[in-house]
Amino acid sequence: MATCIWIADTAAAGPEPPGRYTGGVQDLTAAFHLLFSGDPGMLGIVAVSLRVSLSAVALGAVLGLPLGAVLAVARFPGRRGVVVALNALMGLPPVLVGLLVYLLLSRAGPLGAWGLLFTPGAMILAQTILITPILAALSRQALEGLWEEYAEALASFGAGPLRAVPTLLWDGRFALLTVLLAGFGRAAAEVGAVMIVGGNIDGYTRVMTTAIALETSKGDLPLAIGLGLVLMTIVLAVNALAQWLRDVAQRRMG
Amino acid sequence: MSAPPILPLRVSGLGFRAGGAAILAEVSLTIAAGPPMLILGPNGAGKSVLLRLLHGLLAPSTGHIAWAATGAQAAQAMVFQRPVLLRRSVAANLRYPLTLRGLPRAEQARRVAEALALVGLEGLAERPARALSGGEQQLLALARAAACRPQVLFLDEPCASLDPAATRRVEEIIGAIAARGCKIVMTTHDLAQARRLAGEIVLLHRGRVMEAGPAATLLATPRTPEAAAYLRGELLC
Repeated sequence: MATCIWIADTAAAGPEPPGRYTGGVQDLTAAFHLLFSGDPGMLGIVAVSLRVSLSAVALGAVLGLPLGAVLAVARFPGRRGVVVALNALMGLPPVLVGLLVYLLLSRAGPLGAWGLLFTPGAMILAQTILITPILAALSRQALEGLWEEYAEALASFGAGPLRAVPTLLWDGRFALLTVLLAGFGRAAAEVGAVMIVGGNIDGYTRVMTTAIALETSKGDLPLAIGLGLVLMTIVLAVNALAQWLRDVAQRRMG
Repeated sequence: MSAPPILPLRVSGLGFRAGGAAILAEVSLTIAAGPPMLILGPNGAGKSVLLRLLHGLLAPSTGHIAWAATGAQAAQAMVFQRPVLLRRSVAANLRYPLTLRGLPRAEQARRVAEALALVGLEGLAERPARALSGGEQQLLALARAAACRPQVLFLDEPCASLDPAATRRVEEIIGAIAARGCKIVMTTHDLAQARRLAGEIVLLHRGRVMEAGPAATLLATPRTPEAAAYLRGELLC
């Protein structure tokens, strides 16, 4: 079993006793060396991370944004309950999602035949489940104000609520960019779900967060720090890019 | 366009209650093709609610609204006191309701150009609509409604937040739309504006029709003392 690899690795190396750690500067230097030498192992880990989290954001967006828009527009009995439930699901613990997907995909589970467990596909599925409620809840919030403004005008044009959904998604596109960012941040930063369903297999399902956890417990701090820096840089760069896009667009669109 | 005429509109015993309070009661009137009808009255008289009921944005609590033809919604348009513009370009705003009505692209382009010319915003077609000035935004909202070539155009205090120059421009355009055979039904609390535009006047007070009729007669010889007081510029409460 692939999960055992991680457990065995940890057991073999043993965690560094916290009191003996003294090599901060050397580790940092080594980390930068790793970063700028383009270490293929590290690049592979970064690539898997991006592939998994971006796929999860894309799938989550396809499901979550329309759901959020429908909730912003529709008025039906029980809507409040759905909204409260979605807001609660935003705080879903990743390990719980990991466990759920693990049970679904394990050989004896209902979706065991798919053979997805310990593949990037399983990690994408778990992260999608994790962030879809976040995307739906935040987009509902973002689009509700827009709907209040638009409702009468759209009704006057003869556009029903169903036709209003794509209109809101398009007209709210800049606010939704921030929503997508929140989803990406959550997906890229979580460890629990990808660890459980991906198994942290070297060169296959190892991502930045699981690698950092592993290398830290093994005592390979340069790699852990290097990966941590890359993770932070990616999240920062993505946020800066989105903020810049939003600013430019807002200046243009008024 | 050879859509069946939706006028005259017959309204009988129309009432609207919200939260236990009667906003409108026993409003009966007939709106026939012809010069603009202005609905006059102080704030809170129920003017906006009446327009929304007629346009179908609100459902009446009592009474009937009977158009002369079915499918009347598509033959109406409305401009709100504060223009609601989509976060898109000026041209895309004009196209939006035309796409909803299923017009072919060539016809849409023709109407967009015509609407831009009507309000004099030709140079701003590709500008984001929300970057326009307040007056230009209201002109765009007016152009967007006109592009639908409605038989009836509802205008809810379209000049309420405009300066005199912009108001004059909007009034000219309303006149041009009316001259094309579109029935204008417009609310205002500006008596002078009503004198300038109205062919017919409905005086609304506390949710009831105080007086209604041709503008010339009503303005010259009001029948009720309340109407006379209002027309003299006294404050009704």
